[in-house]
Amino acid sequence: MREISFNKFYKSFNILSIFLIITSLILLAFKGLNYGVDFKGGTLIELRTDLNSANIKKIRDSFNQLNLGDVSVKNFGNDTDFIIKFEKQNSNDPKFIDNIKTKLSGSIGTVDFRRVENVGPKVSAELLQSGIIAIALSLAAMLLYIWIRFEWQFSLGAIVALFHDVIITLGVFSLFSLEINLSIVAAVLTIVGYSMNDTVVIFDRVRENLRKFSDIKIFELTNISINQTLSRTIITSATTLLALLSIFIFGGEILKGFSLAMILGVIFGTYSSIYIANPILVILKVSQRTIVKEDKD
Amino acid sequence: MLYFSKLRIFSVIIFTLILSYFSLSNFFKIDDNFFSKNIKLGLDLQGGSYLLLEIDNKPVITQKLQNKVMELKNFFKDKNIITRNYTVDDNSIIFDTTPDKSDELNNILDDDESEINPYYQQYKSHEFDFVKNQDSFKLTLSKYGLVLLKNASLDQAIEIVRRRVDEVGTNEPNILKRGNDRILVELPGLDDPGRIKSLLGKTANLTFQFITQNTEESFGTEKLEFEDGSENAIVSKRIILSGDNLVDAKPSMNSQTNETVVSFTLDRVGAKKFGKATSTGVGKRLAIILDGKIISAPSVREPIIGGSGQISGNFTFQSATDLALLLRSGALPAPLNIIEERTVGPDLGQDSIDAGIMSLIIGFILVVLFMIYKYRVFGVIANLALISNLFLLVGVLTIFEATLTLPGIAGIILTVGMAVDANVLIFERIKEEIKSERNPIIAFDSGYTKSRTTILDANITTLIAAVILFFMGSGPIKGFSITLGVGILTTLFSVYFIARLFTAFYVIKNKEKESLI
Repeated sequence: MREISFNKFYKSFNILSIFLIITSLILLAFKGLNYGVDFKGGTLIELRTDLNSANIKKIRDSFNQLNLGDVSVKNFGNDTDFIIKFEKQNSNDPKFIDNIKTKLSGSIGTVDFRRVENVGPKVSAELLQSGIIAIALSLAAMLLYIWIRFEWQFSLGAIVALFHDVIITLGVFSLFSLEINLSIVAAVLTIVGYSMNDTVVIFDRVRENLRKFSDIKIFELTNISINQTLSRTIITSATTLLALLSIFIFGGEILKGFSLAMILGVIFGTYSSIYIANPILVILKVSQRTIVKEDKD
Repeated sequence: MLYFSKLRIFSVIIFTLILSYFSLSNFFKIDDNFFSKNIKLGLDLQGGSYLLLEIDNKPVITQKLQNKVMELKNFFKDKNIITRNYTVDDNSIIFDTTPDKSDELNNILDDDESEINPYYQQYKSHEFDFVKNQDSFKLTLSKYGLVLLKNASLDQAIEIVRRRVDEVGTNEPNILKRGNDRILVELPGLDDPGRIKSLLGKTANLTFQFITQNTEESFGTEKLEFEDGSENAIVSKRIILSGDNLVDAKPSMNSQTNETVVSFTLDRVGAKKFGKATSTGVGKRLAIILDGKIISAPSVREPIIGGSGQISGNFTFQSATDLALLLRSGALPAPLNIIEERTVGPDLGQDSIDAGIMSLIIGFILVVLFMIYKYRVFGVIANLALISNLFLLVGVLTIFEATLTLPGIAGIILTVGMAVDANVLIFERIKEEIKSERNPIIAFDSGYTKSRTTILDANITTLIAAVILFFMGSGPIKGFSITLGVGILTTLFSVYFIARLFTAFYVIKNKEKESLI
């Protein structure tokens, strides 16, 4: 197979990545994330209306009359299903949901409450905290693992690639105001695992080649290693994406955000293994001596 | 790497068959005690309610401190130590003693054998921490004293919650402790938790107290509202009878007034107390008070000595049934607040199952076709490994009776996508090896050997993520981490034992062929 010169574009893609990361950080700092009820607290109702006559405006008007604070109404999957979210939550009042149901059926006909989630402020704060801890912990665990397995230059490359993927994925979620809920945290953790997995495969090859060839510069060597592992990278990304696309398209509305985050993560993860992790080895001037020294220890 | 002993082949086949049998048992009814295990469906798939309750321990602490004050007073009186000026605030008791006794009192409180301030050897702590300031003492519940108190009240509350939920008769409720002040209630199949919520939201503290006009009553008086909010009444603080003395309660019809009432039966002690109070109180109004509100206050016409009675109060049949249920199951030690609720209707659950299975089938077919297109014969081998991987995964989940959630199904689909990775790594490596090695068996062998560390590295990273999710995640997310984590283990097994076995057979049989892979 003809060799592709990935290394020619290290610089340009690094600049692109830096731009994307800065944009994402700015978005995260100023626009922030659209937290769902899991992390913000409040009430979520998924309802199915009987008639097609119910539209978003009508439902929003009916909810606004109930004095529930800020109400958001969205179509969910098809014309008869809606997701309604509002800040007020009063799960202690056993009649709270029933009252809403009764009042709604007066204005828009029979409604079926398919899902009700009611999260108090204390719980949502705790869920957010444990979500952040989970992500931080997994990053730390990856760092530890890669630090034990590889030389520090490799660890740094893998970790930077990891942060790159997580930050840009969250940046996309911020840009399009996609909802962050518990399943997104699970997706981010899986992205962390996948991104690491992808980087480790190339790095293993780089290290193997470093042992074999003492006269090839790291700039060339990374390119050789990327090419040698390229068909694996493509096939694995392809099968994973096929599985994820299948969830995204057929898996129902609830899994949409989760599978979208994963799809983005796999794309960025594959890209970063090539264009972030490897250039860092070049910048850090990794050579045969780097690993020989370690091997002697 | 291509050599398999007969024993190993045999064990791989047996192991795979047993797990496949377990996974298939989910789909067919098998009447067999050993094999009749099933994967449980999470609430998001079968529909149901998830409630997280938090116990409000303030009243328990206040009660504890008030009781402690009585205890302290009596204890020191017996010891001829004068104590006075007792005050109780949120979490401490303050009192004074006389200068000559203050050191003695200090020693009593500090003694490891102290009766009044028990010392817990295992926590190296007294029930109360105390500060002495000249002749004044301040007692505060110690950290462990508080933990013990909270645990006791949680244990009691969980018992009451269980009774109430059981009385309603939902199928297979799941009631668990969470930390030292929370209770998790899972109610599969329940799509309207309104009734359960209203039952759990009541402390159900029932007391009988006389209504009085005399504000100078020796026990003190309090002003209480009627339940319907229509009027107030002043009642004596003397409790004639409390819900603890009830042995049974049920809704019934009063034949004279044609009204729905709750009839109750008292235990012996209760019957005695009730008889005595009603004989001396003929003509007075007896208030029946539930959670600080008067349900009704009938006049006592004659002494009630039979140990049974009726509570009236504008009940519907439903509300009488609920009150009877609450009285039968007993009072909660403290109010419970519902701090999280998630309810999924059964049809949404079914829709989720359908969508999950649909995307699993389609994802699986896409991956299978892709692998055959890329690797031909070896694609088929990788697919055989993939299929057995699915059986193994479902089999393991069945044996541990794991809970399958919607994200859990997503984890299975993701496993399908990622599981081929190990085989791809091996096949690509073999392709490279074959370029420099003419003997195919040696090439295959070194392909397996050289890719091994990479495969382990790659899978361990994902496993780390899954393990962290398992410990940090809750509910549906935990289900995802289980399928993802177990999926990695079954993937490694299917790649190194099943796919490798097939590869070995194929390569050894076709070693004369020109291009094997």
